[in-house]
Amino acid sequence: MLVFLAKRLLQLIPTLFIVSVIIFGLQQLLPGDPALAMAGEERDPQVLEQIRRQYRLDQPFYIQYLYWVGGVLSGNLGESMRLKEPVLTLIAQKFPVTLQLALMAIVISLTIGITAGIMSAVKRDTPIDYAVNLVALWGISTPNFWLGIMLIFLFAVHLGWLPASGYVSPFQDFWLSMQTTILPAFVLGNSFAAVLMRHTRSAMLQAMSSDYVRTARAKGLAERVVVLKHAMRNALTPIVTLGALELGTLLSGAVLTEQVFSIPGFGKLIVDSVFNRDYAVVQGVTLITATTYILLNLLADIAYVLINPRLRS
Amino acid sequence: MAVAHAQVAELNHESPTARAWRRLLRRKSAVFGLAVITLLVLIAVLAPLIAPFDPTQQSWTAIRKPPSLQHWFGTDESGRDLFSRVIFGARASLLAGVVSISIALGLGVPIGLLAGYGGRWMDAVIGRITDAMLAIPFLILAIALAAFLGPSLQNAMIAIGLTATPIFVRLTRGQVMAVKVEDYVEAARAVGNPARRIAIKHILPNILPALIVQATISIATAIIAEASLSFLGLGQQPPAPSWGSMLNTAQRFLTNAPWMAVWPGLAIFLAVLSFNILGDGLRDALDPKER
Repeated sequence: MLVFLAKRLLQLIPTLFIVSVIIFGLQQLLPGDPALAMAGEERDPQVLEQIRRQYRLDQPFYIQYLYWVGGVLSGNLGESMRLKEPVLTLIAQKFPVTLQLALMAIVISLTIGITAGIMSAVKRDTPIDYAVNLVALWGISTPNFWLGIMLIFLFAVHLGWLPASGYVSPFQDFWLSMQTTILPAFVLGNSFAAVLMRHTRSAMLQAMSSDYVRTARAKGLAERVVVLKHAMRNALTPIVTLGALELGTLLSGAVLTEQVFSIPGFGKLIVDSVFNRDYAVVQGVTLITATTYILLNLLADIAYVLINPRLRS
Repeated sequence: MAVAHAQVAELNHESPTARAWRRLLRRKSAVFGLAVITLLVLIAVLAPLIAPFDPTQQSWTAIRKPPSLQHWFGTDESGRDLFSRVIFGARASLLAGVVSISIALGLGVPIGLLAGYGGRWMDAVIGRITDAMLAIPFLILAIALAAFLGPSLQNAMIAIGLTATPIFVRLTRGQVMAVKVEDYVEAARAVGNPARRIAIKHILPNILPALIVQATISIATAIIAEASLSFLGLGQQPPAPSWGSMLNTAQRFLTNAPWMAVWPGLAIFLAVLSFNILGDGLRDALDPKER
């Protein structure tokens, strides 16, 4: 286990290094002079010269990169040109909002996805199975920003049950916070629920046809016990790792959901920064998201080994 | 009996492509997907002939009109005919789906072949770069790339294509690893074929089924990605119609013109659904285990 852990940790170093090069390299794609883009309306040659010096644009790429990565390693992701605040402070402000949304989305999708997946496998080739498969296909194929818009229309505009947009922290007003986040969390979790339904169904079908389930049935155990205790426990092992990995994907889905529901989270921060050409923020947010994703990947691998007794040795 | 023998003999002589077609056409859902995709392609190609109005023509006397006999899908905030805009929008979506995945295939397959067949160092370097790119969530990388390249449909397609490339690198590499130990590859090597010839003539045709399945499913992802980028304002630029940007505008008029949001969303859903079920069908039809 320790060797496995050490090996996985060592593998992180080159991956993180390349991620940082890619993210920093994006700036090089910028058509024309980055100083001109940063200066906005300003065309004074002296100002442009100062920007070039300040951001080391007059230095070669690798020098610029080394300064940037040096800053990152000491916890300095640069400063937002638009908001005049350190990028790290902005991320620290916005991250909890997205995290709340992502966690709620995971709870919703686990509940719907696993329940429906098990039902579909147990009732194989019945109308329930077909219905679950259809819902799963619908979930995978529906763009979440469209689903968001339609749900706002139904629940906020038409029925008036929930607010159309905005965000309230759960520490400020728990009930209101749930009201503002339930729709976006559902929208965010929708496609994950669909993926889970499909995975749970196929894992359960495999487990139900295995020898240990046949033995459990032969022992005369009740079908409920066979399904819930014997088949489900084994089928759900890979789902745990899928859940951890999906948290990273949800961060990316949050970009659109937060935009639709005007939620001031991570996703909205990156979109606003893109439009204001606030490159330091774009780079910082992308780097943090990728690092989170890589770490979640690692945690998922470790969890998988810990849960699966066959891999523990 | 004789007829059965003849049928078996005929099936044995069936080419792999014909067999795949036959198996694909047996699946109702896949046929539905294929039919809808064919219809969407026809709509996109024949858009000027089908659309009753110019998709960019504004009419101040027909602002935000609900669906009617004259305007089947209603009109938008500038009085443009939504039916015509949805029809022309198919062009941007399908183009983005096909072009971006062609970019991803064009880059990903050769790089994947190189990783799988080019020695340990090559494999290690390409593997690490692929891991790194896959570590950045798809949409965030596409947004960052599109933002740095500048907002346009062309740049959105490049951004989505580059973002999807590592998926094909990894798939190709994995397939090459599995195929390169097969007897026919060993035989080709034993008779002195150069590595490049083996990769292109012997390995590539055998990994094609997996690539076709992945490409079909990736087109669905690329269509959603293009719609997402256009929704954010990073794809197709107004006034040219795109389903994603139409939804962006529709959001502002949800209270008094909800129909503006219904049609472009349904169109994206239908296109993505069709590619997804065609991909599922192809996976089953091309699976050698089911022969």
